[in-house]
Amino acid sequence: MSSDLDVFVGNTTLIDEEVYRLWLDGHSVAEAVARRLRGGLLEREATSVAVLQSDTRDHYRTFQMLERLLHAPPRLLQQLLFQIPPERQALLVQRYYAFDEALARELLGKKLSKGTKKELDEVSARTGVGIRSCRRQFDNFKRVFKAVEELRGPLAENIQQLFLLPPSLARDYAAIVFFANSRFETGKRRLQFLSFGDFAACAQSMMAHWSQGALAPEAAEPDGDLPKSFLQDLKELKVLVTDKDLLDQHKSLVCSALRGKISVYNELEANFKALSRALVNVGGKLTHARDVRDFFVDLVEKVIEPCRSDKWSPGDLRLFLQHYTAAPRNLPGFRHQALWERYMAAISACLLRMFHD
Amino acid sequence: MPGKLKVKIVAGRHLPVMDRASDLTDAFVEVKFGNTTFKTDVYPKSLNPQWNSEWFKFEVDDEELQDEPLQITVLDHDTYSANDAIGKVYIDIDPLLYSEAATVISGWFPIYDTIHGIRGEINVVVKVDLFNDLNRFRQSSCGVKFFCTTSIPKCYRAVVIHGFVEELVVNEDPEYQWIDRIRTPRASNEARQRLISLMSGELQRKIGLKVLEMRGNAVVGYLQCFDLEGESGLVVRAIGTACTLDKLSNTSAFLPACNSPSKEMKESPLVHPPSHGCRSTHNSPIHTATGSRLTQNFSVSVPTLIYTGMGSGSAGKEGGPFKTLLRQQTQSALEQREFPFFTLTTFPPGFLVHVGGVVSARSVKLLDRIHNPDEPETRDAWWAEIRQEIKSHAKALGCHAVVGYSESTSICEEVCILSASGTAAVLNPRFLQDGTMEGCLEQRIEEASPPGCGFCHIPYDELNMPFPAHLTYCYNCRKQKVPDVLFTTIDLPVEAIVVGKGCLIQARLCRLKKKAQAEANATSISNLLPFMEYEVHTQLMNKLKLRGMNALFGLRIQITVGENMLMGLASATGVYLAALPTPGGIQIAGKTPNDGTYEQHISHMQKKINDTIAKNKELYEINPPELPEEIIGSPIPEPRQRSRLLRSQSESSDEVTELDLSHGKKDAFVLEIDDTDAMEDVHSLLTDVPPPSGFYSCNTEIMPGINNWTPEIQMFTAVRVSRLSNINPTNQTLNKNFNDLCENLLKSLYFKLRSMVPCCLCHVNFTVALPEDELVQIAVTAVAITYDKNQALQANKAPTEKSQQRASTDNEEQLQFPLELCSDPLSSQPFSPAKEVLEGASSHTGIPAAQRATSVDYSSFADRCNSWIELIKLKAQTIRRGSIKTTTSLEKASPLAEGYLRHRSVPSGTNSTVSVVKMTPLSFLPGAKITKYLGIINMFFIRETTSLREEGGVSGFLHAFIAEVFAMVRAHVAALGGNAVVSYIMKQCVFMENPNKNQAQCLINVSGDAVVFVRESELEVLPPQPAAAAQPTGAAGDVTT
Repeated sequence: MSSDLDVFVGNTTLIDEEVYRLWLDGHSVAEAVARRLRGGLLEREATSVAVLQSDTRDHYRTFQMLERLLHAPPRLLQQLLFQIPPERQALLVQRYYAFDEALARELLGKKLSKGTKKELDEVSARTGVGIRSCRRQFDNFKRVFKAVEELRGPLAENIQQLFLLPPSLARDYAAIVFFANSRFETGKRRLQFLSFGDFAACAQSMMAHWSQGALAPEAAEPDGDLPKSFLQDLKELKVLVTDKDLLDQHKSLVCSALRGKISVYNELEANFKALSRALVNVGGKLTHARDVRDFFVDLVEKVIEPCRSDKWSPGDLRLFLQHYTAAPRNLPGFRHQALWERYMAAISACLLRMFHD
Repeated sequence: MPGKLKVKIVAGRHLPVMDRASDLTDAFVEVKFGNTTFKTDVYPKSLNPQWNSEWFKFEVDDEELQDEPLQITVLDHDTYSANDAIGKVYIDIDPLLYSEAATVISGWFPIYDTIHGIRGEINVVVKVDLFNDLNRFRQSSCGVKFFCTTSIPKCYRAVVIHGFVEELVVNEDPEYQWIDRIRTPRASNEARQRLISLMSGELQRKIGLKVLEMRGNAVVGYLQCFDLEGESGLVVRAIGTACTLDKLSNTSAFLPACNSPSKEMKESPLVHPPSHGCRSTHNSPIHTATGSRLTQNFSVSVPTLIYTGMGSGSAGKEGGPFKTLLRQQTQSALEQREFPFFTLTTFPPGFLVHVGGVVSARSVKLLDRIHNPDEPETRDAWWAEIRQEIKSHAKALGCHAVVGYSESTSICEEVCILSASGTAAVLNPRFLQDGTMEGCLEQRIEEASPPGCGFCHIPYDELNMPFPAHLTYCYNCRKQKVPDVLFTTIDLPVEAIVVGKGCLIQARLCRLKKKAQAEANATSISNLLPFMEYEVHTQLMNKLKLRGMNALFGLRIQITVGENMLMGLASATGVYLAALPTPGGIQIAGKTPNDGTYEQHISHMQKKINDTIAKNKELYEINPPELPEEIIGSPIPEPRQRSRLLRSQSESSDEVTELDLSHGKKDAFVLEIDDTDAMEDVHSLLTDVPPPSGFYSCNTEIMPGINNWTPEIQMFTAVRVSRLSNINPTNQTLNKNFNDLCENLLKSLYFKLRSMVPCCLCHVNFTVALPEDELVQIAVTAVAITYDKNQALQANKAPTEKSQQRASTDNEEQLQFPLELCSDPLSSQPFSPAKEVLEGASSHTGIPAAQRATSVDYSSFADRCNSWIELIKLKAQTIRRGSIKTTTSLEKASPLAEGYLRHRSVPSGTNSTVSVVKMTPLSFLPGAKITKYLGIINMFFIRETTSLREEGGVSGFLHAFIAEVFAMVRAHVAALGGNAVVSYIMKQCVFMENPNKNQAQCLINVSGDAVVFVRESELEVLPPQPAAAAQPTGAAGDVTT
């Protein structure tokens, strides 16, 4: 006797967290049942495989119906079809939008296009994330990207509002959107040591300090784009390295402040000009889309790697950046202190985050 | 012009995209009532239109107000072609017509389309201004309140319970009209939905008129059903109990307290009549098929049964003159009525005096076209016939009334089985008459009956019993006679004294039937019915004994007719009533006792059965208090004897009598295994798996023995359709399949709800349908309620001790009844006085001799006497576990405290914009107080699809539809300002599929009472504010767009 039709509908929608997990991971009903069996559920609950199958199918149907609503979480709150307690709704959304960092790391800075989606097979193989799950996560990135692309104001807050995500997750999405928008190169081999978390932290610092929203909440441009005027202004900072006097004075100020305080003083003294040039030029190049892509590559190649080969400690770097940023205040004739500090705040944060093995 | 209906269309949200080009919609709304239609402006290019319309005003008769639904249609404007319908909302404005209910309907309603389901939501505000109606000859019955709840609603008191009201209206089914061939499925579905809505409005109005005629103001236990008779039409019928209700301003006691037992009763002497009893003989009113075979209107009246449950026994003389007087008085009160029926299943204390047993009647009819919809005489006559039969059955049981009454139908093609059943009872006349005329007579009668067991005492005259029965003295009061088993269709009376916990008991049965046409078909069905009834009852009796219990409550037997088979499903809640004797075990008797291996097999089975009984007793905590010997010594010195009924035509029997009665020598119930069928039967008895630990289940409102509900509830509907894939099905294989289907379904429910453990499935309601050859559809609606295990133990301790005391108390001072055990602290009503002695008899009797052809041989051994001592010894050895006796008063008392605790710890909904609406098939919410009834919810939906595969197949389709129905019910309740539906019931779920065409259609009919409830905890904290934060009452204001 086979059951053609078999449904269970509760007034309060039943959500089984384990089955939700399996569904999100992209397992088929049969796979999910097999996994639940392996979990020893059968013995614990003294039930039968048929019951487990029927239960799994019920949950899968519910999730499939919910998926449409999960694409626009505020609708999940307003909809009348499923009565779900608020904390469960939050859990559904949070789990749906949670992502594998390995996957996100792979996709950082890539265009969220159909082409990229087609490459997900390889990504899936590399990261060990199931292909269906990969696609779903990719679609999540894309959906969030599309939704906030044109919006003004702080990216993370917009995402939080539109997708009802917890703040930390919203910030991660903001980072993904920021990278997708600016198309920073992250795939180079020398960048492989950086994790998703590193990049996300960098993106957050950059948005926090550089974006329009950071200065005026009513900004006209979306947060995902760095304000053009700001980038334009960054060219003004070049004077720090192009003007020989300024460069020398800058060096002496920093060196005198750091003497005896850092272990790599000699190396610093020897490399100051190169470092300073690199740090200033990274900013100067940001007006050109092509050069923007190389932002992280440049930072690593020209700052992090030399420092690392000179055996700087993170503390050394911190002290250096602190004084390096502060010093121009005392440089006669340097009129861009505010801009400089805004610029260096993000750069420092990025460097400190990226400075590890 | 007595009414003005005002409607305002505020806004829409989440509308579907109707214009592919722009991905937007140009929506407008048509508001229709009766023949008047208004339209809003088109709100261009938006999926979230803000119409903010003016107030559309309809000036209408109140008759129209009652009949017509408000119909709101959302459309997409199209300049070049016809406007496309997005969907509709039907709003029943009846709740606005009585003063105490809702004053405004306002909120978000799902926009529903019969093809696409829910498509967005619309915010609507509806108000009614009613003018006083001075017309004496009015056709409307505005103001009569309707309740689905089958008890007196919580915040009312019953002044008078007038009695039975019924009505039916018929019409042609639009699905079968010629026009259906040329219109779209959508148009046809909508025509049907609208017609049924209209018909139920009309029906309700007509019933209301009858209530006004009886000078009542409310209908309680209102049950409305649809019969889809196909070609021959559409019948909407309803039954209910007319009452005069008073709103309780406070919990004031309205019953006089009186509890000193009368002395008169004592004298009832012990008479020792010839005792011998045949179980299941057919006794009284069996009307054999004498259907009037009219050419057009074929009808077979099926032999029907009175189910009482006795073995053999003696009886004491009861009552004396008082009973007679009481009877006379009540009778006169009831005789004014054509049918002294009550659809209630729970009664005010003192209302129910005695219970006689289950009465039921069935009749097989051939449907023919309803020629004149305005005069539905045929259908009326059919029901009248059946009710008459029920009435006469009740009379035969010495009862003048039938309670827990219900009616149902099963239709297959042109054959229709009409069924009615109820519980014969003797009622206290006080509630039945206008004016309070409690004379001293009544007072004395009331005094006579001890609470807690009175209803078990037999109502019929033992010297002139309607059937052979095995009577003993009540184990509680020792004064009146009680049957050994009691079957009823009502809920367990609150005052009943129960030992241990209850459990769901089901009897399941399939019978093959030849395919036939018309009269031949009807005849073969009516020939099969008595066998089915008999077997269903045998199963029930066996399963009851297997659980060591002695009474069934909430019995509901459903016989479903299909093309080539009949299915019977009986559900009830078994309990151990302290007033009734301990049930005997089950003995198996082999047919050929000389065969060694066979013997061995038999004894193996016997052992299994005995083990099961022992296990069940432990599981359900059935440890009846030991009775001191003096008491036990007294009753009925019956000579040891056994009597048996021979059902099998083979008159074998004698060898069995010398069976080893290893099961304590109590009156055992013998199953004789004389062929493989019987063996199967015994096996099937043992296949019922008890629910996993932490779960209990029952089909009544409250679970006997559990008294500390916590507020978490989960109402659900589960539907399964299975194919019986046997090539050559036999009754046995079908039975097994059906049994497995039900058991698996239950198992699956337990698994799904495992996170709620410890919990109880209450009001488990199975509905069986046979939509096609070989297809069986089972729908279950129930509610899972959590309870606190730890508290249960504590709560039970007290009664245990008390019950132990009680035995001796009873002994020493026979006149003192431990009232404190039963009094209900919640309602603060002094315990119901009029608990007259009342007995139920139950068992089933009644199979025409000619039909006794089944293979099992049943006997009942009546050697009670000898078993007394053994029983005591046995019991003395049994280890006591926690609870022995609980009374329902405790059940009611503790949820409050519990609710209080639980609620505190769980913060409720914070940022949700949709208000929570609870749904439950029960009449109450644990840990909460119902403060207002907002009106009846009665909704009928059709859903159809032509893209079944795309919607996830049959399961996906039905899953979505049931979820949509829930959503629409909740939205309506929220719009009325309510936060729960109680007494929710899914009355119909008709599912049809045509996978080849990728099509499916489903009809669902649900009803319930919309209420406002307040958590007990909130009541204490902020008395005046109802359900504020935790349960937002869902008015439009709560919801932001």
